[in-house]
Parts: sequence; C-alpha cells; structure tokens
Amino acid sequence: MMSEARGQRAPARRGLFRAAQYDWLSFLCTGVTGLATLLIISILAVILGVILINGLPHVSWRFITTGTASDMFDVNKAGILPMIFGTTARVILMTIFVLPAGVLTAIYLTEYARMHSPFTRVIRGAVNNLAGVPSIVFGLFGAGFFVRFIGKGMDGLLYSGKGAIVWGQPAILWASATLAVMTLPVVIVATEEALRAIPQGLREASLALGASKLETIVKIVMPQAIPGIMTGAILAISRAAGEVAPILFTGAAYYMAGLPKSLHDQFMDLGYHVFILSTQSPNVDKTRPLLYATVLVLLCLTFMLNIVAIFVRARMRKKMRLLN
Amino acid sequence: MATQTHFEKELSDLKEKLLTMASHAETAVRNAVAALVNRDYDLAQRVREEDGVIDRFEIEVDEMAINLLAKAPLASDLRLIAVAMKISQNLERVGDEASKISNRARELSQEPPIKLAVDIPRMANLTLPMLKGALDAFVNQDPAAARAIIPQDKEIDLLNKEIYRALANHMSQHPDTITQCLNLMVVAKSLERIADHATNVAEDVVYLYEARDIRHTGKGSVPGTPGGAAPSPSA
Amino acid sequence: MAEIPLQKVSLRAPGANKGPAAAALIDVQGLSLFYGANQALRNISFSIGEKVVTAFIGPSGCGKSTLLRCFNRMNDLIDNVRIEGTVRIAAQDINSPEVDVIELRKRVGMVFQKSNPFPKTIYENVAYGLRLQGVTRKAELDAIIEESLRQAALWDEVKDRLNTSGLGLSGGQQQRLCIARAIAIRPEIILMDEPASALDPLATARVEELILELKKDFTIVIVTHNMQQAARISDYTAFFYLGQLIEYGPTNAIFTHPSNKQTEDYVTGRFG
Repeated sequence: MMSEARGQRAPARRGLFRAAQYDWLSFLCTGVTGLATLLIISILAVILGVILINGLPHVSWRFITTGTASDMFDVNKAGILPMIFGTTARVILMTIFVLPAGVLTAIYLTEYARMHSPFTRVIRGAVNNLAGVPSIVFGLFGAGFFVRFIGKGMDGLLYSGKGAIVWGQPAILWASATLAVMTLPVVIVATEEALRAIPQGLREASLALGASKLETIVKIVMPQAIPGIMTGAILAISRAAGEVAPILFTGAAYYMAGLPKSLHDQFMDLGYHVFILSTQSPNVDKTRPLLYATVLVLLCLTFMLNIVAIFVRARMRKKMRLLN
Repeated sequence: MATQTHFEKELSDLKEKLLTMASHAETAVRNAVAALVNRDYDLAQRVREEDGVIDRFEIEVDEMAINLLAKAPLASDLRLIAVAMKISQNLERVGDEASKISNRARELSQEPPIKLAVDIPRMANLTLPMLKGALDAFVNQDPAAARAIIPQDKEIDLLNKEIYRALANHMSQHPDTITQCLNLMVVAKSLERIADHATNVAEDVVYLYEARDIRHTGKGSVPGTPGGAAPSPSA
Repeated sequence: MAEIPLQKVSLRAPGANKGPAAAALIDVQGLSLFYGANQALRNISFSIGEKVVTAFIGPSGCGKSTLLRCFNRMNDLIDNVRIEGTVRIAAQDINSPEVDVIELRKRVGMVFQKSNPFPKTIYENVAYGLRLQGVTRKAELDAIIEESLRQAALWDEVKDRLNTSGLGLSGGQQQRLCIARAIAIRPEIILMDEPASALDPLATARVEELILELKKDFTIVIVTHNMQQAARISDYTAFFYLGQLIEYGPTNAIFTHPSNKQTEDYVTGRFG
C-alpha cells in the first residue's frame, strides 16, 4: 500500500509532505475567530469613539476641578470634582476592606481547610453564590445590614441617650463595605488561583526544614502569591468603580455642597451622577454634552485606577523576576 | 576533580592488592628455585607454608572484584576488574607450581646431587623474567611489553622438551638416579606451566590496555600481523 | 504541645557502630500505613544504624517513598492517613503526641526528587532553615552557609554569585543547593527521595560522590529506582514489594547473592 501511494506521488518529490487537499476547516475556524475578535474590537472602538468625540470638547479644567455651585445640569456651570473624589475614595476604601478579608479567606480555603469536609463545601458554595447575587440586592443588603443594623447599633453605643444619628445613615463607609462584600468572591477566587499555582514542592521543602505551617505561608507562599492577589484587586476595582446599585441606598448623595469630610458623611459619585443626569434633567438636549463628558471622565478614572493597580503588580512581578 | 572519587579509590585498592599478590607469587617462585639449586630444606618448607597466603589473596581479590562489578562499571574499569580476576587466578596457580617446585626441592635435598641440574636454573632464569615482565607491563600500562613476552613461551616449551630428553637419557644410563631425574622432570614441568601462566597474564594485559583479545592466536608481537590486527576505536 | 523529649536526647546512640544489629538510630516495628482503606505499608520491621547509607529499592508503588516520608512525618500533610506500629528514632516514638513534629523535622532532613529551591537568592535558600532556628548574626550565617555549600560540592561554582537567584542554576546544581540547604541545619538523618532521578549522568555522578562524602557526618536513607546507584553508594539495602519488606541486608549481599527469589528476580530485572 505504501509503495502504491508513493508511486502516485513519486513525481512530486518536493510535495512529499503536502496535504492531499487544502485544509478548509482550519481556514474556516481561523476566519470565524478572527471575525469575532474584529467584531468585539469594533464595538469597543465605536463606544469609546462616540464617547470621546462627544465628550472631550466639554471636559475642561474647571469641569474636573470644581464642584457644582448652582445648576448641575448646565454644562458651563457644572463641576464634577466631588464625584471624582467620591468615586475614588469609595474604591480605595473598598480595596482596604476586601483585600484582607478575601485573602485571608482564600488562605484558609487553600492551606488549612480539609479538602472535602462539609464545612469547606458550604463555604465554597457560599462564595460561588455570592458571586451571582444581583448588584441591587447588595444595595438593599447594605442598607439593611450596614446602615440600619450596624450603624444604628454603633449610634446606640456611642451616642446613647443623645439620640444622634451619626452612623445609622448612608455613609461612604457603608457604601465601601457593601462594595467590598460584592467583590469578595472575585478576590477570593483570584487569590486561590494564585495560591494553587504555587508548586506544592515549595511548601514541602519549607516544612521539611522545620518551618511551621504559618511560617511557610508567610515566608514562602504569600510572597509568591502577591501578583495573583493584585490581579484580584484589579478585577475588584474594575467592577466596583462603575457600580451604582450597591451605593444607591448606602451612601450616594444626589447633591452635596462640599466634599465628604469623614467616614460617616455621604458622597457624590460619577456613576450615580450619570444616572441622575440621564433621568432627572429638565432639558435633555442641554444636558447631553454634560452626560458624555461625565461618562468620559468616569471611564478615564476607571482606566487610571486600573493602571495604578497594574503598575503596582508589574513592579512586584519585576522584583520577583529580578530575584530569578 | 583533583581528588579521587570513591570508586576510583576502590579500583586502585584492587590494583594494589593484586600487585601485592603478584610480588608474593614472584618471591615464591624465586625462593623455590633457590631452594632447589642450593638444596635448602628450610627455604623449601617456607615456600610451601606461604602458599596459603597467596590462596587467601585470590579469594580477597575475587570478592573485591565481584563487589565492584555490582556497581556496573564500564569500559576500561570493566576490563580492569575482569582482568584482575583472571590474573589473580593465574597468580594463584603460579603459587601452587612454586609450591610443587619447593616440594621437589625438599626431596632432592635429601638425595645425592646429580650433574644435570645446570639446565633447570637456566630455564628458571628465562621463566622468572617472563612473569616479572608481564606484571611490570600491567603496572606500567605497557601492552607492547606484554606482547613481547608471548613468543618467549615457545622457547620455554622447547627447553622443557630438551630437558625431558636429557633426563630420560640420563635415567636409562644411570638407573640409580631415577628418583632425582623424575623429580627434576616435575620441576621442569612446573616451570613450563609458570611460563604459560605468565603468558596468560601478558595476554590479559593486552586485552586490558588495547581492548583486543589475542588469546589462542599464537602471534603476539607485532600489530599488523593477523594476531595483532588493525587498531579498534576502543583501544 | 509539650516540648520535645526529642530535643534533649542526643540522636547519636552511644556506642553505635555501623550495622543494623547494633544500637539502631531508626527502628521500625510492625509499621503499617493506610491511605483511607488502601494499605500502603504492611507490617514493616527493621532498623537502621548510624552514619550508614541505606537504600530502599523496589518497583513503583511498593511503598518505599511512603516509608521514607514516615521518618519525618511528611505523611501528616496528607488527609486520611492512618498509621499502626511504631517508628522510633533515637529510641523515641516519633508518632507519639508529645513529639513536636517541627523539632523532628529539624533533626531529620529531606531532599526531594524534583529539586525545589525557593525563589530566593542562593544565600537566602541555605539561610532559610538557619533563620527559622534563630540564627541571625551575619558572621555566623556566612560561616555556616559557606561550609554547607562546600560540603555539598557547590561552593566553588556559586561563591561569586550568592546573591543571584537559586532558580538560575542548572538542574544538578539546584539539587546540590537543596542538599546544602538541608544539611545547613545539621540534621542527624538525611532522607533522599530519588535525588538524582531528574539529573543527567554527570550530575548524578557528582551527587553520588557527594553522598559518599556526607556519609561521614550524616545517616542517609535514599530511595532509588536505579539499582546500580544503590550498589554504588549504599551500605545496606532494603527491597520492598507491594508494601512489604522482602529483604534487608548488606548491599553487596543483596546484589551478588540475595536470599529471596523475589529479590533476585527484581535485581536481575526479571520482573517489575
């Protein structure tokens, strides 16, 4: 049989390894995946393009460095500094809450918990389900739990008798806490992935030298997992920067004269402001440029927050790579 | 590495033990012949007692060699160990032949001397250098010197036949010397066997250093002759 | 947990000479180990003396690595492991609740099959165990690290780059680094789980020569697939099959005239 085939192909020695016919399937698949990529990029380009073109002319220095004194629906008079400040502050505060909680949970699940015990399975189930909860439900949860339960309880403890309502009302603290709860699964999963990627051999080597489990985690495992944890932080930040529903009832304010001065103050928020501009404006056409400009600023802010986090992660990776 | 590995040290220990055994064997032959020529009863007795030492050496060398083989040595290490076992066997037999010579020496020392004893020393003076030469070739890693020894065996064989004829002649003419003549025949035979063993050692040395097996070819001296064929890459 | 009779007792059994019959450093009696319902070790009993190299040989899955890991209780890391019988090191039952497993692991070191240097500098790799024990003075660390690297036959190759990453070394060098790291804390016993199986022949030869040198100061137990290696470096050999100890004795006896037919079959390659 072999000689038969060779006899047929004998004349074209340089075609010895060529396929019998053209590989249409590969071509088709390459084409389809290429088209899909092109589609996504073009959609993204269109969205960003439209926002950029319509919003950039209206973004002025005054726009982003002052607050709104009078008419916040007027593009010439509005200023969104308070919103920028509020969004940034709540994202940073959220990160401060979510990173320790998420990382410690992930460390427990990966390093300490027994793989198949019912308790572990319950925790994992809870984490997975948490990821699927709609954002508005988080908002209601935050309002009920943080604002009314914890906040009110704190007021009762700290200001008992005076009847003051300091913590028992929407505040930047509670909004950040709510966002932290919402982004917890993301951080936990990213940290777990980072921890699992560390070869077991390193842990064994450390334990075999007489280190305790805690020493092993602190000295060997954690330093290696930091880039992965940063990835989790980046994902959390990206998600949280644009979320509006969780902060609706927990801290976002329609209008504030100045910047929030303490953790129990409310704050203004870019995303919420976009919602307000879209729905509460008396003159839609006049407000539209303002809308584009605000959305552009929101996108830029999210982008910059991401860049900062990516930069920090790259620095850590570089430090680790220098060591290698 | 400048220092030896453990395995290299074990190999050199093996070589050393073999050489110690060789010097015992050489001494035994020399002493046996001296005892014969000088009619020295006590020396002859000592040679016989020393044979036990040589026997023990053979056992020790073989044991070391087997243990080394378990470590799966290759190439020249492998040949060295195989050759060490063979040389130790040949040396043990040399020791036995020396013992036999010393036994005949003892007997002869009790009998009156006869005139023909002069050829035996000559045979010994040819045999001993063969043995020494083969062992020196082993120590000096000189296969050419080993090859030079092999043709000398023929000379020893001829000499042995001569001595047989002379002794047979003498016996028929002087029947009262039959005991001495028979004893001298045994001595000649032993010396011839020692020369054979020396030749075996020489062939083993050629195998060790040239990786060529020249046994039973009869031609040892010159590479290029059918017995010493073209060089092989492993040589 | 209560400390540590293991710390106060010297692991050098007095008057010990090389030989399983003399005062044993490691003594195993009736040891059986179960992974859940699976029995991995069956009623193993033997003992190992001081400052000898003992090799564990046997086909894959026969339990030799499992047994090795019993000696420094690395099997504790696996769920569902149950042990019956005793393992005594320096006459102490290491599985008893009074024994601090951390202290045990400081006296019984381990080198793994796949070399696993930490992603730190060479210096910090060797210093890791020392720092765990509270050695912090630089002069002291420098001295011990240099000596450990010398003993591991690595010093000359790395003395000018102690501050570069351990992961930048070749495979053989990395394994020697792991050996240096293990011996830096001066354990009495070193366990080696196929330390040269991932190395090329030249690196393997260097590691074997290293083990023969280390024998003067440490008691070594090595698991190996390579029988010629076991013949080259070990004084005693134990042959395991399906979780059982089939034969145990001086290496040259096991490899030139084993008493047990199964051992003979394995050693000559007729099965397994």
